Amino acid sequence: MFDEAMHTPRGKDGRAPDVFTIGGWVPMREYPQDEPVDFAIVGTGAGGGTLACRLAELGFSVVAFDAGAWWRPLEEFASDETHQAKLYWTDERICDGDDPLQLGSNNSGRAVGGSTVHFAMVSLRFRPEWFKSRTLLGYGADWPLDWREMWRYYTVVEDALKISGPVRYPWGPPRPRYPYRAHELNAAALVLARGAEALGIDWTPTPLATLSAPRGRAHPCVYRGFCVSGCATNAKQSALVTWIPRALSAGAEIRDLAMVGRIDVGSDDRVTGVEYHREGRWQFQRARNVVVAGYAIETPRLLLMSATPRFPEGLANSSGLVGKNLMVQANQAAWGVMDDEIRWYKGPPSLALTEHWNYEDKGKDFFGGYCYMSQGPLPHVWAYVQTGRGLWGETLHEEMSKYNHQAGLKIVGETLPQERNRVTLADEKDALGLPIARVTHSLCDNDKRLIAHALDFMSDALVAAGAKEVWRQLDDTCHLNGTARMGDDPRTSVVNADCRSWDIPNLWICDGSVFPTVGGVNPSLTIQAIACRTADRIAALRSRGEL
Amino acid sequence: MTSKRLPTSRYPGYDVLALRDTPSWDDVTRAVIDQRLAQRNAPRFCNDTQWRTLQALCATLVPKSLDPSVDAAHRRFAAPRIPVAGLVDTRLAEDTRDGYRDARLPPLREAWRIGLAAIDAESQTLYGAAFADIDENAQRDVVRRMQAGELQSPAWQGMPSDVFFRQRLVIDIGSAYYSHPHAWSEIGFGGPANPRGYVRMQANRRDAWEPVEAHPGQEDQARRENRRVR
Repeated sequence: MFDEAMHTPRGKDGRAPDVFTIGGWVPMREYPQDEPVDFAIVGTGAGGGTLACRLAELGFSVVAFDAGAWWRPLEEFASDETHQAKLYWTDERICDGDDPLQLGSNNSGRAVGGSTVHFAMVSLRFRPEWFKSRTLLGYGADWPLDWREMWRYYTVVEDALKISGPVRYPWGPPRPRYPYRAHELNAAALVLARGAEALGIDWTPTPLATLSAPRGRAHPCVYRGFCVSGCATNAKQSALVTWIPRALSAGAEIRDLAMVGRIDVGSDDRVTGVEYHREGRWQFQRARNVVVAGYAIETPRLLLMSATPRFPEGLANSSGLVGKNLMVQANQAAWGVMDDEIRWYKGPPSLALTEHWNYEDKGKDFFGGYCYMSQGPLPHVWAYVQTGRGLWGETLHEEMSKYNHQAGLKIVGETLPQERNRVTLADEKDALGLPIARVTHSLCDNDKRLIAHALDFMSDALVAAGAKEVWRQLDDTCHLNGTARMGDDPRTSVVNADCRSWDIPNLWICDGSVFPTVGGVNPSLTIQAIACRTADRIAALRSRGEL
Repeated sequence: MTSKRLPTSRYPGYDVLALRDTPSWDDVTRAVIDQRLAQRNAPRFCNDTQWRTLQALCATLVPKSLDPSVDAAHRRFAAPRIPVAGLVDTRLAEDTRDGYRDARLPPLREAWRIGLAAIDAESQTLYGAAFADIDENAQRDVVRRMQAGELQSPAWQGMPSDVFFRQRLVIDIGSAYYSHPHAWSEIGFGGPANPRGYVRMQANRRDAWEPVEAHPGQEDQARRENRRVR
């Protein structure tokens, strides 16, 4: 039901869905398969969707592929957590290690627009020092990017998404005003504020990629609260309703329900195009350049699956690092019961946050930082948290009955890169006969110390805000990064600062995979900023004849 | 389409389904929820033995799924208020997966097949009858032992019983229960809200289309107000 988009491609015959009108279409340019396009891009999320748009606007011919469906949010997004599982990557993956990950709804989208269709819209900048965390802070690895340049691109992305945010941001160097005003705070956000003020730290309304004022044909957020199940009003500024429509206007073609299974390499050791499965058969698109933007599991999976006798360990992998250094972010929480009716289902789930422990290094027995945010899980997710805590029977029902009095604080915490955390290919095959990903993950001692610090601090903050029955959720993670890190040295990185493979000059990687470290903020703004920078760099290389 | 309400609800008289034809529900939501409400409590995937075990597990893990108007002695054998076993079985019939699995578990259907058979085998060993045929205290004991990883008979085929409990059994059953509108009414969730959304964001404030919480001694007043929630 309401899953036609998962069975019949919509981006074809010279047109694509107009996500802003019911039943509407917009024209879409199409490119022949046997003539090479400038760029074939695999994935249309925060990395690939953004890059497709910017490259098309810079005059390149672009075809972008997505394994997922091209949804019409106004007609097809139900206010129902269970039904909206259609937005997630639900093909099998195997998780092992000391701390096996939860994927699917937790961090893996499968749609035109990628995970931004179900992301929580939190749009934060990296702390400047994180781009040189090895040199300045003593851990992880340095990025080959300069923070000042990244901050210029953050401004570009914040304007492209009309981020709503506070007038004054409490941490870091000065930044421009956010394009749209901050949203009204809900009761759950004010619990965070009270706790922070009681403990003497700063807090702020969260910069969010959801509209606080009208924009074009989208009206402001109505605070229905189903953000992570997909926004049915287009207030959420996902790639699906921002970069993708711009990409189409600029002449890009997007092929939905198109699963890329292999990148082909010619006898000159340059890639020649992509093999993809669409409408029941394998097809081939020729391309002068290929960009992999499948996020930190599908990106290394595709590079490893594309191994040839010349590149037996997979493409772009002379460093041996493809698939390694997978980094999640810690996502533990403290939860409690308030005397007040909080009704946290109203509004975006994380309307307030503090980055205090991202910018304060004193008093830490660990490397890295974390922010924490107010919370608003809907019943399905909240039941998942409570059953995950081991509750069942009457005890479960009793806890669930406190739903409207709950408040919570949840971290997005930095974990360190470790080569043992990695994506490899399993023996098991998917429906197309491609090997599925095996995802191996273990926390290190530093990660555990960071988590313990955050849980202590958040529990104190909740109690200070008046919460009772405070308890700690010990085992959640979010986001996926690493697995194809950027760097200055081909021996210790997969791509250079321009997201270009060291080994194959016309192969690029542009998504969260390129992060050498993750920092303590949600990654989407940084992924989009890197994509905008990469497009500009590619245009500069073209003008110098270096493509 | 009214729910059978429980005496313990903090939101007496509130029925989220009363909002179905208001501006809080859109067409796609109505269609999706109508389909869930049409769920029968009958198996498509499970065989008779598996189905009996699954129903008994649902009664144990989410006892509020049972019909409170049936007397306590017969409640767990009567048609449930929320067809949790039917919802779980439908998921198995459609092989709706999560997108990942712990390496210690086989895929969804296989994990459930093994788990249901193993729970019956353990129940036979401990209490001399299948899980559905032992009393409620014994059922809770079996579940507790599974949660603690103490059940290790060969019937598990190497699948750790605590991992099956934690990552399949309690999550799949708990999620099915709390996917049902009757469960939303019970916990006071405002429910779907497109296109109308919500307006009053402050603590202790509610929109006219949100439920009223009953404070002690004011249950009747709350019940009256909840009938006007539109």
